[in-house]
Amino acid sequence: MQILLIILAFVLVLVVILQVGKVVELVSVMRDEDERTEDTSNSVGFLFLLSGIILGVFIAYTTYTEYGKFLPVPASEHGVWIQDLVDITLYITGIVFIITNVLLFYFAYKYRYKRNRKALYYPYNNRIEILWTVIPTLVLTIIIGLGLNKWFKIFSAAPTEAIQIEVTGKQFAWVVRYGGKDNELGKRDFTLSTVENELGVRWKDKQSKDDFLSDEIVIPVNTPVHVNIGALDVIHSFYLPEFRVMMDAVPGIPTKFWFRPTITTEQMREIKKNPEFDYELACNQLCGTGHWNMKKTVKVVTEAEYKAWFAEQKSYYKQNIAKIQGEDASLDNDVIAEANPSKN
Amino acid sequence: MVTSATGEHALSMIGAGGHHKETFITKYIFSTDHKMIGKQFLFTGMAWAVIGGLFSVLFRVQLAWPDETFPFLEQIFSNWFDEGHMTPEAYYALVTMHGTIMVFFVLTASLSGTFANFLIPLQIGARDMASPIMNALSYWLFVLSSLIMLASIFLPTGMASAGWTIYPPLSILPQASSGSGMGMTLWLVSMVFFIASQLLAGINYISTVLNLRTKGMLMTRMPLTVWALFFTAVVGLLSFPVLFSAAVLLVFDKGLGTSFYLSDIFIGGKALGYSGGNAILFQHLFWFLGHPEVYIVILPAMGIVSEILSISSRKPVFGYKAMILSLLGIVVLSFLVWAHHMFVTGMNPFLGSVFALFTLLIAVPSSVKVFNWLTTIWRGNIKMTVAAVFSLGFVSMFISGGLTGIWLGNATVDIQLHDTYFVIGHFHLVMGVAAFFGMFAGIYHWFPKMFGRFMNETLGYIHFFITFIGGYLIFWPMHYLGMSGVPRRYYDFNEFHAFNEYHDMNLLISVSAIVVFAAQFIFVINFFYSMKKGRKSTELNPWKANTLEWTTPIEPGHGNWLGELPTVYRWPYDYSKFEEGPDFIPQTVPLTEADIESDKRLLH
Ligand code: HEM
Ligand SMILES: [Cu+2]
Ligand SMILES: [Cu+2]
Repeated sequence: MQILLIILAFVLVLVVILQVGKVVELVSVMRDEDERTEDTSNSVGFLFLLSGIILGVFIAYTTYTEYGKFLPVPASEHGVWIQDLVDITLYITGIVFIITNVLLFYFAYKYRYKRNRKALYYPYNNRIEILWTVIPTLVLTIIIGLGLNKWFKIFSAAPTEAIQIEVTGKQFAWVVRYGGKDNELGKRDFTLSTVENELGVRWKDKQSKDDFLSDEIVIPVNTPVHVNIGALDVIHSFYLPEFRVMMDAVPGIPTKFWFRPTITTEQMREIKKNPEFDYELACNQLCGTGHWNMKKTVKVVTEAEYKAWFAEQKSYYKQNIAKIQGEDASLDNDVIAEANPSKN
Repeated sequence: MVTSATGEHALSMIGAGGHHKETFITKYIFSTDHKMIGKQFLFTGMAWAVIGGLFSVLFRVQLAWPDETFPFLEQIFSNWFDEGHMTPEAYYALVTMHGTIMVFFVLTASLSGTFANFLIPLQIGARDMASPIMNALSYWLFVLSSLIMLASIFLPTGMASAGWTIYPPLSILPQASSGSGMGMTLWLVSMVFFIASQLLAGINYISTVLNLRTKGMLMTRMPLTVWALFFTAVVGLLSFPVLFSAAVLLVFDKGLGTSFYLSDIFIGGKALGYSGGNAILFQHLFWFLGHPEVYIVILPAMGIVSEILSISSRKPVFGYKAMILSLLGIVVLSFLVWAHHMFVTGMNPFLGSVFALFTLLIAVPSSVKVFNWLTTIWRGNIKMTVAAVFSLGFVSMFISGGLTGIWLGNATVDIQLHDTYFVIGHFHLVMGVAAFFGMFAGIYHWFPKMFGRFMNETLGYIHFFITFIGGYLIFWPMHYLGMSGVPRRYYDFNEFHAFNEYHDMNLLISVSAIVVFAAQFIFVINFFYSMKKGRKSTELNPWKANTLEWTTPIEPGHGNWLGELPTVYRWPYDYSKFEEGPDFIPQTVPLTEADIESDKRLLH
């Protein structure tokens, strides 16, 4: 019923507009064509300029109010670099945006039709074409130069002291694994994947022994973190907005991203004036109906807090050893054998 | 030669007085007249645009009012709602179909289909396309493709829902998404016919432009519309086959158990047998089409806008040669930038840097075009017709959206912005709204040639101003959302601390979207009302334009010109050339002493 009324009202409005349009047309057809064109161009030119001014005010106002407020403070070292690039790009494109749009609306208004004026016959000017090919090229080269400089730094090899974490996406959750005491992740083998061991960790690999899984990503501030990213089923994307970290998680193709967090969760709560705030890991590649809710809390803590937390973590292998040995009792021996191949 | 044979064939039809019996069916349905086929593409495209627009309104309702219930929507769209809420399945299916419909069916098939068909023969002085039969076939393949896609809307397992980019493995595995069952299969089948349609059309446009130009119509005298449509066809012909092969491999993976794109997949507690495939390979193939595709969408609009800006400002297009060269530059570069859609897929950083470089270079020809448009209207005498304001609106949208491309093309900044609402804002301004504006401009401008009547101007202006301001209100705030990190393709933002603060902005966007969608019915009503009852066109050349289509009868029959084909003596932009006399000189007017004098003077 409600919807019927809405539709009815809508149709009524359309009919009224149509009638107005018809009347205006009937009246205007009686007039001299040139005169009519001049009048229309006058009023439409004015309206066009006005709409430009309205949009300009809207854009200027919202940029002013939203730019600082919305942009989350970059919480990583390279996040600051990206922020600087964003600022530079904003200034350059902003200037071009203002100049070209102002000229567009101004010209459209200034040169609107007048009966007794003649347009200027000005078909080309090669010098000016070259000028406005070369200048944008130079400006863009500078922008891209600044960008690529940081690009290669961001994707350089991770420092050796980086904490090794593995994050694996699946519908619709993340599995987080730490390298453990040796800070090395145990090898995986897809053919070993089972419901109990969905990552397909090779328990025979000695390095897997001290690995542990975690419900949250906990990382110490100012220490590089090397995230090894993967997926079990479809493509996901490892996305930490505040840290400016984004990298696809692709089944079958491991990817990685390393970064250095610079603001702890506590500090960010103060910056945001929100005691509830937590960094969160989100998925940023459409992966199915639960894509919008693949959340994992990320805690950036002080070095001391990290050490304390780390000490509490229990090796996944040890915790589940009974289960694993049930499957294959010889496993522990194999590990020893693999570690000392010469004894065979 | 084939071409002259066609010409003679058409001539003989005219010779027969044009009144060999035409039934409703041969005239309106199985027509081979390029003008009718153009209109058919237009009508089909309009139907698709209404469906695609409706889908977007539905999912915007979900984003603006995620907690509210909508029983009346549930009554109409019972499949997609559950207890008054849109289901996530439906949400993802709707965004997928919205993208597919708008990009492929409306802005590719219908924009090119309408104007290439309608304008190419009329503006180069040909009686029809090189192969009218192939042309009709191209339309009917498009209809077939449309029907298949339409059928998928009614599937119990749902439409395709892996995004318009259909990335595997999601699009292949029905276990991963129910839309990847029959819905995806129909999507692929539909796309196969769609591509066939595009290729037939493209070959036809290219051969028509190359072979059927009338006497004197040198390539360098072609209107920019024809140049743009020609380049569009070239780009389509080179890129669509790649999408075709990508889709075929996808079909194999889906139906025959091959592993082109799949490897190491563990889903639903089971390890699947695929190995050795590469999911990223698909993205390379897809974007090898996908990026040129965005230019397939925008080039025709650029051509139309160049033409209309020149006619309405009574001034030649500024830098005709530069306009053609920049089109060519865009065509070439558009094949070298595809991986800028994949900066964060884990590709080699060096490769990424090369694509970033080319991507920023493609902004150069785009900016040259903008400067040339601005100079075209500078010191003009602009008749603010509806077509003219839509063209001016196009330029504004293209500037705003093009500049944000520079943000995204810088790979480093894209780490932050990829797949956020910033990208949505970027491409809707530069492609979505801008291409629609080009299309509207073209329709308002050539309506008298299509139907012998004018569209109502007042309605046209109302349509423009609502859409123009509304378009900015919808898509501009998306940049703020994107810069704040809000990801695209989220069904609900409330789960995350980082994304749940922007409800007001989402509300503004959704309300504007609903208003703008409703305003499009002003256009639809105007269109159909004017077709039947609009003011009659009584002059041959109502806009005082130079191009050849205005030398045909008001409503040209099959064959376009009654007598001989016109001969062309000059370029199409001699507006306001001389102080004395009319301010336009049609292409059919021979050069005079004064012309030669004036050209000489310009050289110095
Ligand atoms: C001025 C030059 C332009 C540059 C430098 C540029 C750059 C980019 C980049 C880098 C992306 C990828 C963003 C991402 O996914 O992270 C992108 C996306 C896109 N651009 Fe542009 N662009 C330009 C002009 C255009 C034009 C003219 C169109 C259309 C007519 C267009 C349509 C699109 C579309 C449709 C997407 C998104 C596709 C998707 O992910 O669904 N762009 N652009
Ligand atoms: Cu996801
Ligand atoms: Cu692209």
